[in-house]
Amino acid sequence: MKLSVMDPAATSLGSIEMKSATPGSSGDDCMVRFDGVSKFFETRERGGLGHPVRTVALDRVDAVIGAGEFISLLGPSGCGKTTLLRMAAGLMQPDEGSIKIQNKVVVAPRRDACLVFQNFGLLPWRSALGNVEFPLELDGIGEALRRDRARELLDLVGLQRFTDHYPHELSGGMQQRVAIARALIRKPVLILMDEPFGALDAQTREQLQEDFLRIWARTGTTVLFVTHSIDEALLLSDRIFIFSTNPGRVKAIMTSPLAGLRLDSDMRVDRRFGDCRAELRRLLAGTQT
Amino acid sequence: MSIVDYIDPPNGELRLVVPVKPIPTITRIRRVLLSPNSIRCLSVLVFFIVWEFAGRRANPLFMAPPSKIWIASIDLWHTGLLQRAIGQSLAPFLMGLFLTIVIGIGIGIAIAQSRSLEYILDPFINALCAIPRIALVPLIILWAGLEFWGKVAIMTSTAVFPVIINTYSGIRDVRGSMLEIGRAYCATELQIFFKITLPAALPFIMAGVRLSVGLCITGIVVAEFFTAISGLGGMIVEYSNVFATAKLFVPITIIAFVGVAFTEGVQWLERRLSRWRILERERG
Ligand SMILES: Nc1ncnc2c1ncn2[C@@H]1O[C@H](COP(=O)(O)OP(=O)(O)OP(=O)(O)O)[C@@H](O)[C@H]1O
Ligand SMILES: [Mg+2]
Repeated sequence: MKLSVMDPAATSLGSIEMKSATPGSSGDDCMVRFDGVSKFFETRERGGLGHPVRTVALDRVDAVIGAGEFISLLGPSGCGKTTLLRMAAGLMQPDEGSIKIQNKVVVAPRRDACLVFQNFGLLPWRSALGNVEFPLELDGIGEALRRDRARELLDLVGLQRFTDHYPHELSGGMQQRVAIARALIRKPVLILMDEPFGALDAQTREQLQEDFLRIWARTGTTVLFVTHSIDEALLLSDRIFIFSTNPGRVKAIMTSPLAGLRLDSDMRVDRRFGDCRAELRRLLAGTQT
Repeated sequence: MSIVDYIDPPNGELRLVVPVKPIPTITRIRRVLLSPNSIRCLSVLVFFIVWEFAGRRANPLFMAPPSKIWIASIDLWHTGLLQRAIGQSLAPFLMGLFLTIVIGIGIGIAIAQSRSLEYILDPFINALCAIPRIALVPLIILWAGLEFWGKVAIMTSTAVFPVIINTYSGIRDVRGSMLEIGRAYCATELQIFFKITLPAALPFIMAGVRLSVGLCITGIVVAEFFTAISGLGGMIVEYSNVFATAKLFVPITIIAFVGVAFTEGVQWLERRLSRWRILERERG
C-alpha cells in the first residue's frame, strides 16, 4: 500500500497493493501459500571471474490465495507464470522457499489439484469419454461408475453429443472443454490453468470464459489462471497478480472491483472496466526490461 | 439510419440436414469397376493370362504356365508330399513369428526403459544388425540343428531386429508432454507405461512387426535351402535340381500367397490400431 502512493492513479482505484503487502488471508480459508518461492535455470552464461551462474526465473514470490478465489496470473512472456503453475502442480520443485496447498507442502502432484494444459493435453487414442474418465481409471474406480461420472461432466461442459468423438474429431474449443471436464472429475479443491483459452479464437474464447465462470461458481473450487490477456483477467478474477520479468516477481496485486459483476452482467459496459484496464496496462508496461 | 446493411430474412424453414442425392446406377457400377481392389484383381488376372500364353511357348525346362503348375500341385497333393511340406514349414514359421514378436518387443521395451541395459546390449545389437544374418546360418544350424528349432532360430535371428528397433524408438519418441499428463494426474510408473507410453508407441511397434513378417518368410526359406530336406524351401531345392519346373513353381506360389496374406493381415491390424495417428496427421 505504501509503495502504491507513489502513483496517484493507483490510489484512485483504491484496490492496488504492491506485493510487499500481501493480503493477510490466513488460517482455515487459505488454499495456497507461496513462501519466498524462487526457481533457477541452468544457463550457458558466466558471471564475474568466469564462475558458472544460474538464471533466476522466479525470485522470492510470496502470495496467499484464499479458498474459492479466482486468481489470474498476468504478465509478459517469459516472466515465469508457467514455471510457478508447474511448481504448484507438483511437476517441478522450487529451488528456494515452499508452496503449500491446504497447509501441506507440495512435493508431488496431488489428486485434488488438477492442471489444465495450454495445448489441451488430451490422449489422442482415447475418445472424449475415455479422456474424461482417465483420472478415475487411474484411481481404480469401477467402469460403470466412472463412465456415469464422465458423462455427467461432459454434460456440464456442453459436450453430451460428442462423448464418442476422438480429439482429432473435435474443434479446439471442444478439446479444451474435454480437458476442463477431465480436470473437474476428481472434484479438485484447486484447478491450475495455463493459458487454457490462449489457442482459441476470440468468440470461442468468450464462450468458454463464460461457461467456465459458471462452472467455477457452481463447484466453488479455487482457480489459479495464467493469462496474457488483460481483458480475460478482468472478466474472470477476484484478484489479479501482475508479474514483472527478469527476474520474475509478483509486482502488484489488484483486487478487481468488478468481480461482483462477472456472473450475471457484461462488465465491459461498466465505466470502471476501462479504468481497470488502463491501470493494468500501465502496470504491465513497467514490467518489461 | 441503421449501420447494419443486411439481415438474413427468415425465408421458410432452416435446414440442419439435407438428404443425400441418390447416385445413378451407372456411376455406381463405374465406381465399383474402378475401385482400387478391382483394379488390383484385374492386374493379377492379366498377369496370369499373359503368363499362361508366354509359358506355353517357352521351353518347359525354364518356364511353366499356370495351368501346368495347377496340375502339378494337384498331383503333389494326391501324393501327400505337398501337405507334409506345408506342415513342415508352417509350424516353425508360426512359432518363429511369435517368438520374433515377443522377443523383439521385450528387448525393445527393456532397452528403452533402462539406460544401462541399453549401453550393455547395444554394441551387440548393432554388431548383429550389421552382419548379414545369412553369414550366421551355418553356425545356427550347428547349434540348433536342421529341424524345427533350427528353422525357428534362423528366422528369429533374421527378423527380430526391426521389431527391437521400432519398439525402442517408438517408446523413446513418446513426447515428455504426453508422459506429463500421467504424472500430473498422479499415475504410477506402471500406469504411465501401460496407459500412455505403450499406446503412443503402438503404431511404431506395428510397423516393425509388419517389416519382420517379410523377413520371417525370407528366414524360413533360407533355412530350408540350407537344410534342403524338408518344407517348401526343401521342395524348391529338390525340384530345381532335377529341372521339374512346373513342380518347382508350386512351393513358390504357395509362399507368395501366404506372404501376401500375412502382410495384408498385419497391415490391416496396423491401420486399425493406429487409426488415431493417421487421422491426427491428416488434420495436421
Ligand atoms: N526447462 C527450462 N530450462 C531453462 N530455462 C527455462 C526452462 N523453463 C523455463 N525457463 C526459463 O524461465 C523463464 C520463465 O519461463 P516460463 O515458461 O515460466 O514463462 P511464462 O511466463 O510462462 O511465459 P509465456 O507467457 O511465454 O508462456 C523463461 O525465461 C525461460 O527461458
Ligand atoms: Mg507459459
